[in-house]
Amino acid sequence: MSDGMQPLMPKAAASAKPPLLEVRHLKKYFPIYKGVLRKMVNQVRAVDDVSLFVREGETLGLVGESGCGKTTVSRCILRAIDPTSGEIQFREADGKVTDLAPLDRSELRRFRPQMQMIFQDPFGSLNPRMTIFEIVSEPLYVNGMRSKSEREDHVAELLRLVGLRTEYMARYPHAFSGGQRQRIGIARALALNPRLVVADEPVSALDVSVQAQVLNLMLDLQQKLNLTYLFVAHDLSVVKHISDRVCVMYVGKLVEMAATEELFQSPRHPYTAALMMAVPRPDPSSRDIIQDLPGEVASPANPPSGCYFHPRCQYATEVCRTQTPELREITPDHFVSCHRAEELQLAGIKVNQEQQL
Amino acid sequence: MDNIEPKILQPEGVAPLEKAEPEIEATAARAETFEEPLTTTQEEERISIASNWTLVWWRFRKNVLAVISTVVLIFLATVVLLPDFFATMSPEKTNARLAFIPVQSIHWLDEGQLKPWVPSVEGKRDPVTLKMLWTTDETQKTYVKFFGSSWSYSVLGLFESNIHLVSGADQTQENQIFLLGTDRLGRDQWSRLAFATRISMTIGMISVIVSVVLGLLLGGISGYFGGWIDNIIQRLIELLQSLPTIPIWLALTAALPRTWSPEKVFFAITIILALRGWTTLAREVRGRFLSLREEDFVLAAELSGASQARIILKHMIPTFTSHIIATSTLAIPVMIVTETSLSFLGLGMRPPAISWGVMLQEAQNIQTLALAPWLLTPGLIVIVAVLAFNLVGDGLRDAADPYSH
Amino acid sequence: MVTQVHPLIKPTNDLANEPLLKVEDLKAYFFMDEGIVRAVDGVSFDVMPGKVVGIVGESGCGKSVTMKAILQILESGAKIVNGKVTLRSRVHHGDPNSAEELIELTHLHPNSRQMRRIRGAEIALIPQEPMAAFSPVHTVGNQIMETILLHQDVSKKEARQIAVDVFRAVGISMPEQRIDSYSWQLSGGLRQRAIIAMALSCNPRLLIADEPTTAIDVTTQAQILKLLRKLQEERQTSIIFITHDLGVIAQMADEVVVMYLGMVMEKGSAMKIFKDAQHPYTQALLRSIPSVQSHSRVKLPTIAGSIAHPFNRPKGCPFHPRCTHFMRGVCDAAQPHLVEVDEDHFVNCFLYSEADGAKLMDKIETAPPVEKSL
Repeated sequence: MSDGMQPLMPKAAASAKPPLLEVRHLKKYFPIYKGVLRKMVNQVRAVDDVSLFVREGETLGLVGESGCGKTTVSRCILRAIDPTSGEIQFREADGKVTDLAPLDRSELRRFRPQMQMIFQDPFGSLNPRMTIFEIVSEPLYVNGMRSKSEREDHVAELLRLVGLRTEYMARYPHAFSGGQRQRIGIARALALNPRLVVADEPVSALDVSVQAQVLNLMLDLQQKLNLTYLFVAHDLSVVKHISDRVCVMYVGKLVEMAATEELFQSPRHPYTAALMMAVPRPDPSSRDIIQDLPGEVASPANPPSGCYFHPRCQYATEVCRTQTPELREITPDHFVSCHRAEELQLAGIKVNQEQQL
Repeated sequence: MDNIEPKILQPEGVAPLEKAEPEIEATAARAETFEEPLTTTQEEERISIASNWTLVWWRFRKNVLAVISTVVLIFLATVVLLPDFFATMSPEKTNARLAFIPVQSIHWLDEGQLKPWVPSVEGKRDPVTLKMLWTTDETQKTYVKFFGSSWSYSVLGLFESNIHLVSGADQTQENQIFLLGTDRLGRDQWSRLAFATRISMTIGMISVIVSVVLGLLLGGISGYFGGWIDNIIQRLIELLQSLPTIPIWLALTAALPRTWSPEKVFFAITIILALRGWTTLAREVRGRFLSLREEDFVLAAELSGASQARIILKHMIPTFTSHIIATSTLAIPVMIVTETSLSFLGLGMRPPAISWGVMLQEAQNIQTLALAPWLLTPGLIVIVAVLAFNLVGDGLRDAADPYSH
Repeated sequence: MVTQVHPLIKPTNDLANEPLLKVEDLKAYFFMDEGIVRAVDGVSFDVMPGKVVGIVGESGCGKSVTMKAILQILESGAKIVNGKVTLRSRVHHGDPNSAEELIELTHLHPNSRQMRRIRGAEIALIPQEPMAAFSPVHTVGNQIMETILLHQDVSKKEARQIAVDVFRAVGISMPEQRIDSYSWQLSGGLRQRAIIAMALSCNPRLLIADEPTTAIDVTTQAQILKLLRKLQEERQTSIIFITHDLGVIAQMADEVVVMYLGMVMEKGSAMKIFKDAQHPYTQALLRSIPSVQSHSRVKLPTIAGSIAHPFNRPKGCPFHPRCTHFMRGVCDAAQPHLVEVDEDHFVNCFLYSEADGAKLMDKIETAPPVEKSL
C-alpha cells in the first residue's frame, strides 16, 4: 500500500466497539540460506503485508490452507516470533494502545498475561512431567502468586470453569483424553484473565465427537468472561461455527475479511468462493454442488506476479497478472483484495434451514 | 448369545434411566455442566498420579535383563566402596615363594558339618623344568569364616571396621586363602581384583561425570542460545571428534611423567578420557534443546511470562534427564574399556596402582595363560561390568520415554 | 484354499451377483503385554462391484485395522482371530476378461505367493501418507513400473507405457516427463495423484483408500475426490474408502459403515445414514459436527464424554457410557447385534427388535437440535 500506515478501521462502523488488536502491514519473511557461507538466496514470504483488526469481545476467524501464513500471523501477534516489519497495536484495559512489534523480551512481559494461546496438539502442549496443578498454576506462579493454597483455589476454580473435576489436580496429563487435555490447555490460557485468546486449530486434533464439546466450551467462556478470540483454523465449517467475522488468507496475504454470514453468503473474492465450494458437506445430496479448484497453492518462496491467486482464478484478467490488489473496504465492514470484487457475482453458501435428520 | 427379550426394553421393565428429560435438553444440559465420571478403579488412579519417574521405573522393571544387571552393578558398587571388606589380605603383599598358586575353592562341609575351609597348597619344584607344581592337600585345612574380623580398615573415611567377607577362622596364625590364586609375585588375585574394581569403575564413572558436566554445559549453551556461540562449539566438537583417539590417548598418557603419584595419574587419565567423551553428550543435549525449543509446552511457558532460567530448569532439563542418564550409563563401559586397554598397554594406570588393565598386563604372554589361567579373571569382570552397564543403559533408554506409547 | 460357494455352478459367469468382497464377522485382536485389544470385533460388510463403501469412525474404531486385516498386512502382535474375508478374484489377475473364482483371503498365509499377487493386482491400497509411500531414491515411474512388472507379463517398455497411461488417467499433465521425477519433486496434490496411479497400474478391481485426503488441503482434496469418483465410474472399480471425515464420506460413498470401538454401529446407503440415521451414535455424531450450511455461533448438541481407550472398552454396547438412550441393565449387560431396520439398513442397538427391526421405544424420535443463539 502506498499510503503507509493508514489504519484499517471500517469507515461506516465507527460506532462499533474499538479494536482490541489491530495489525497493520505485518510481514514475516523467513530467509533461505544456501552454501557454505550461508548466503541468503531467497525468502519465504510467510506473511506478506497482512492488516486486520479484532474488536473487543468478538471472535475473528482466520482461515486458509496449509502454508497460507495463518499460524505465522498468530505467532507474530503473540510475539512468539519476531515480525519482519509492521505494527501490532494492542489496546490495554485502560485504553492505552501499544505497538507490540518492536518490544523486546522484557518489555513484552507486561503484555503476556493479557494475551494467551490455546494450542492445536493436546499432547504436545502439556508438559508430561508436570501435574495438572503445576501446569495450570504455572502462569499464576511466574506472575507473582506465590502462595500455594491461593493457587490451589484458583486452579480449582479454573478446572470447574472448563468442566473438569478438581480432583484431577494431582494427575499427570497422560491420564487424560485429547478433549480433556484441551480443556486443561484452556484452563491454563485463562489463568491470567487474558483479554485476547489466540486459538491455533484448537479442535483439529480432536475426535469428531469431542470437537463440539470444546467449541461449545469456548463459546460459553467467551460469554462468561468477555473474551476476545482470534481463532485460527483450516476447517471452514469450524471457523464458520465459532466466528463473528472471518479473514481468509492465501499465500501470505489476506484476501477477504467480513462478518461470517456475509462472507459465506456473498463472498467477494474468487478464492473465498472456491474454498467454500470445495468443502465436502455431510450431505450426500450435495455432491453436484461441490466443485474443485484447479491448480495448486503457489509457493510463498516464489509467488506469482500480480494477484497471487491469478493462475488459479477463472476470472483473472491482465490487471490481475501485473498488479497486486490492495485490501479495500467495498461495503461497510467487508474487506476484499481483488481487482474485480465489485463486478463479480460469486455464489455463496445458503444456510440450510431444515437441519439434517 | 444374549437374547434380550423385547419386554425388558419396555420403559417399566428398565431400571430408572439416568436422564429422563427429553434427549436434546439432556445433551445441551450435559454440554454445559459436562464432567466425565471419575475413574473408579484404584489401578487407574494409581497410573493417573504416577509421575514420570514412577512410569520409567514401571517400564524399567519389566526388563528382566536390565534388572539383573542393576543387581550386578549394585554389587560392583559395593566392591568399589568397600574393597577392604572383600579383600582377604593386602593386595600389595608379595611372597615370591607363593607365586602362581592356583585357585583355592571353598569347601563348605567338613565331616558332615557346615564349616567352610580351604585346602592348603604345597608347592614342589619339578627337578627337571624347575617349574613349581602345586598340589592341594585336603587333609590340611584352613578354616575360613564369613563376616569374621581381621585387620581393620576405614569405611568411606567415616569409621573403622575390621569385618571382612572372608577371613581365616583363626586369626592367631597366618592364613593362606587364595580364592583366585596368586600372580607372578605371589600377590592374592582375589584381593587385588577388589581394589582394581575400585580404580577401574571409579575412572569410568568420574570421567563420565566430567563428560556429562561439560556436555550439559556446552551442549546446553550451544542448543539454547544458538548463533555464533553454537557455531564455535559445534566446530570444536567436530575437531575433537575428528582426532584419531588411540594415538592421541597413547601420546597423552605416554606424556604423563613417570614420577607422578598414582593419584595424579588417575586424575590425569579421567580428564583425558572425558576430554573427548563430552562431545557426544553435548551433541545429544544440543539436539534435545533444539527440539524442545519447538515444543508447545515450552512456548506456553514462554507466553505465560516465565523466565528463561525457569523454562530451562523446569521444562527443558527434566524432560531429557532420563535420556541423559541412559546415555551416560552407556558411556561408562566405553570409558572402562578404554582405561583397561590403555593400562593393558602399559600407558594408563601403572603399578603399584591396581586396575583391571594393570592386572591384565600380567596375563600378556601365552605362557602365563597356560600356566595360570586364573590371571584372566579381571578380563571376565570387565566383560561382566561392561555388559551390565550396557544392559542397564539400554533398559533405561527404552524406559526413559514412557509417553511414547 | 480356493472355495466356491456353490460347487455346482461354474465359476465363470455365475458369480455376477456375488459381492466383490465379503467380510463376515471379522475379528482382529492385538495381543500385548498389557492385555488384549479387540481392535476389530465382529465386522461384516459387502462390497458390491463398482460401488464405494465408506468406513467412517473416530480414533480407535478399528477402521484401519479392518483394512489391514483384509489385506493381511497386520503388524506383528495383531492377529485375525475370527471371520472370513472372501474375494471374488479373477483367475488371471488384472485381466478384465478373466474367469472368476472365490478366494478366502483369511485362509491364505499373509506372505504366500497368492496373497502377494492379490495385493496390487486385485486389491490395491491408496495410503494416507503419499510421502512415505514412495521411496525418495527411485523415480516415481520406476516404482510404478516395478509394480507392473511384478504383476503383469509385459516388457519394460510396455510397463513404462502403462505407467505413462495411468499418469495421464489420473490427470497428471506432461506424464512422460513427470514419470521420471522423484517423489519429493512433486507437489502434494501431484504426489497423491501419483499414488493413485500406482494403485491403478495393475487394474485392480478393488481400491482401499485409507484416509487418502487427510494430509492434503481442502481445494486439493476436492480435486482428488473428484478424480477418484471419475476413475471409479470409468473403470467400475470398487472402493473401500476409510476416513474420519463425515463430509468426505457423504461425498464419496454409496454404502456407509459407521464404526465405533471395533464394532459396526450402523450400515446402510449413504442417503439412509445421512438423512435417516437410526443409531443414537450416528445421530448424535451428525448433529454434533459443525457445517458450512448451519448458522454460525449456535451451540451444537454434543456427545458427552470421550472415546474409551480400547484397553478398557465398556462392557455391552461400547457406546453406552456416552449414549443418551442408555438403558441400565440392557446396554451395559450384553452386546447388541446388527438388526435390519429397513431394507439394507442395519443398526446395532437394543432400541430395535432383533426379530423384525421395529423400533421398540419411542424415545428415539428425532427432534431438530436446539438452536441457542448467542
